[in-house]
Amino acid sequence: MRWHTVSGMTDRSGVSLLLARYGTALALVVLLAFNFAVTPNFATWQTLNVNLTQVSTIVIVAVGMTLVIATGGIDLSVGSLMAISGALAPMIFLGNLVGIGGIPVAVAVAMFVAVAATTLLGAFNGWLIARYRIQPIVATLVLYIAGRGIAQVMTNGNLQVFKLPEFQWIGLSRPFGIPAQVIVMLFIVTLAAWMLARTNFGRQLLAIGGNERAARLSGIATGRIKIAVYAISGALAGLAGLVVIAINSASDANLVGMGMELDAIAAVAVGGTLLSGGRATIIGTLLGALVIQLVRYTLLANGVPDAAALVCKAAIIIGAVWLQERGRTA
Amino acid sequence: MRRKTNWGQMLASYGVVLALAALILFGSLRYENFLGSFNILSVLRYNSMFALISLGMCFVIMTGGIDLSVGSVAALGSVVAAYASPYGLLPGLAAGVAAGMLAGTLNGLIITRLKIMPFITTLAMMLAASGTALLLARNQSVAVSYATAFTELGQGNLLGLPVPALIGAFAYLVGSVVLNLTSSGRAVLAIGGSEDASRMMGLPVERITFLVYLASGGLAGLAGVILAAQFGAGQPIEGVGWELFAIAAVVVGGTLLTGGAGSVVTTLAGVLLLGVVFNILNFENGKGWISLSAYWQSVIRGLFLLAVVLLQAHLTHRVAGGPTVADTTDSLQP
Repeated sequence: MRWHTVSGMTDRSGVSLLLARYGTALALVVLLAFNFAVTPNFATWQTLNVNLTQVSTIVIVAVGMTLVIATGGIDLSVGSLMAISGALAPMIFLGNLVGIGGIPVAVAVAMFVAVAATTLLGAFNGWLIARYRIQPIVATLVLYIAGRGIAQVMTNGNLQVFKLPEFQWIGLSRPFGIPAQVIVMLFIVTLAAWMLARTNFGRQLLAIGGNERAARLSGIATGRIKIAVYAISGALAGLAGLVVIAINSASDANLVGMGMELDAIAAVAVGGTLLSGGRATIIGTLLGALVIQLVRYTLLANGVPDAAALVCKAAIIIGAVWLQERGRTA
Repeated sequence: MRRKTNWGQMLASYGVVLALAALILFGSLRYENFLGSFNILSVLRYNSMFALISLGMCFVIMTGGIDLSVGSVAALGSVVAAYASPYGLLPGLAAGVAAGMLAGTLNGLIITRLKIMPFITTLAMMLAASGTALLLARNQSVAVSYATAFTELGQGNLLGLPVPALIGAFAYLVGSVVLNLTSSGRAVLAIGGSEDASRMMGLPVERITFLVYLASGGLAGLAGVILAAQFGAGQPIEGVGWELFAIAAVVVGGTLLTGGAGSVVTTLAGVLLLGVVFNILNFENGKGWISLSAYWQSVIRGLFLLAVVLLQAHLTHRVAGGPTVADTTDSLQP
C-alpha cells in the first residue's frame, strides 16, 4: 500500500534499485578497500579469522532469524535460548546433572540435549504463535524474559568453567586453518539459502510472510510451517550458545547470548530481508552481519572507542534500511 | 469500529487490576509487613522509573508502533542529568528530560520522514543512545552532586510520599487526561486502529506519531533522571532490558500490541503487578520456608506474561468474535 511508484523518480530508479539490491555487498567492498588501504596488518589470515570467528555466532542465529522474519514474525528469545543451551551442556558433560561414562559420549549427549531443548522451546514459541495467534513479538518475549531466568536458576547463577577439547573443538579447533565455527556457519548459510530458494518449505514460509491468509487458503499448513521455523531458530540459537561457551571455556548464564536478538535482527535488516515478511535473503544476512562486524573492527583497529562504534552501527542500520525502502519506492 | 462491551472484554481489559488486587491480598494475609508503609513506599519508589517508561510505551503501542530505545535513553538521561546535577535540581531534571526528548525527536523524525519501521528505528536508537551515554560518561558511572537538591528527585519525600512516585502519578494523570479527554488522545487510538483511515479522515497522522515518540523519549529521560537521583549516579550501562519490561507491563495491562486500543490505568496496574511479584518473592524468601533465588523473578514474570497473553488470546477469540490478533499481524509494519 505504501510503496507507490512515484513518477519523476524513474530516472533515479536505476541507481536506487541498484543501491537497494547490492548496497550491502557494495558497503562490504568499500569497507574492505578502506581497510586494505588504511588499517595496518589488515590483509592477514589472522585478521580474517578474528573477524569470521567473531561474526559466526551472530550469523548462525541470524540465519534462523531471517527465516522467522520471512514468515512475518520475529524471535526475541534467541539470546535467552543461547543461555539455556550454554547452561545445560556443561551441566551434562561435567556430570553435574547426570553421570555419563566416557567423555565423548557425555559430550555428544550434552550437545544433543542442549540443542534439542532449545529446539523444543523454539517450537513452543511457534506453537503459541500458530495455535493461539499471539503476536510473535509478545510470544517470544515470554521466553526472552523467562529463558534467561531458567538458565540462571539451573546454574544458580554460577559460572561453569571447563577445559575439554572433546567439546571445545566447536569453538577452538581449526581444521585446514579455518575456525570450526566458521565452517559450521558456512554450512548453515549454504543449507538455509538452498532451502529457502529450492524447497517447498522455503517457498511456503515466504508465502506465509507475503500474505498469510492467501497462503492458508491455498492449502499451506501455515501453523505447522511456523512451528518448524521457530523450532529452527531455537535450534540455531542453541548451537550458537554451544559455540560461545566453547570459545570462552566457561558458561555464564547471565551473559551468554546477551543482546544477541538485536545483533541478529540488525544483520537481517542490513542484509536486505523485508522485515514485514515475504522476501528474504540468507546471503544478504551473511553480508549484513559481515558489514556490521567489519565496521566495528575498522573503528576499533583505528582507535575509535567501542561506544562510538555503537553509534555508527545505529547509523548503518538506519542508512541500510532507508536505502532499501527507497529502492522499493523507485 | 465500535467494540462491543461485554464481560469477556472487560475481563481482558481489567483482569490485571483483579490480579493485582488478588496478589496484594495474598501478600497482606501472608506477610506481616507487606502492607506496612515502608514496603509500599519502597515498591512505589523503585517502580516509578518503570512506570514512566511504560506510560510512554503504552502510547507508542497504541499507535501501533514500538519503542525499543527507552532503556538506553533512560541510561543516557541519567548520565546527562548527573552531569547537570551540580547546577541544581531543576537544571538536572531539565537536562535529563531534554536528552530523552532529543532521542525521541530523532526517533519521531526517522519514523515519520524516512518512513522506517518503528521497530528498526528504535532498535538503532537503542544502540546510538547507549553508545552516546558510554561516550559521555567515559565508560564509568557519573556521580551526582549531593550539594544541591537534585537527589531529592529520587530519594526525597513530599507529604510523606516518595517524590518519584509523585512524579509518576502526575505523569499518569496527564497521560490519562490526554488519552481520554483530548482530540490528540483519540487520534492516537485512531492511528493505531487504522493509519490509512485516519489519514483519509484528515487526522495529522505524522504529527501525532512524532509527538508520541517525543513523549516516550521524554519520559525515558525522566526515568533516567530518577535513576540517577535515586542511586546517586548516572549509569550508562543501566537500562538493559527495560524496554522489554515496559512492553510486558503494557501487554499485561491489556493493551493490544496491534494498537488501536489501550488504557493508561491498566498499564500502571501491569507495572505494579510485575513489581509486586518481585516484592512477594523477597518476602517469601524472608520467611525462610523456601529459598528462591532472585533468578526466579524473571521466570515467574515470564510465566505471568504467558498466562496473561493466553488469557487475552482466549477471550478475544471466543468472546469478541471480531478481528483476531492474527488478522492484524502487520502491526510491525510502518
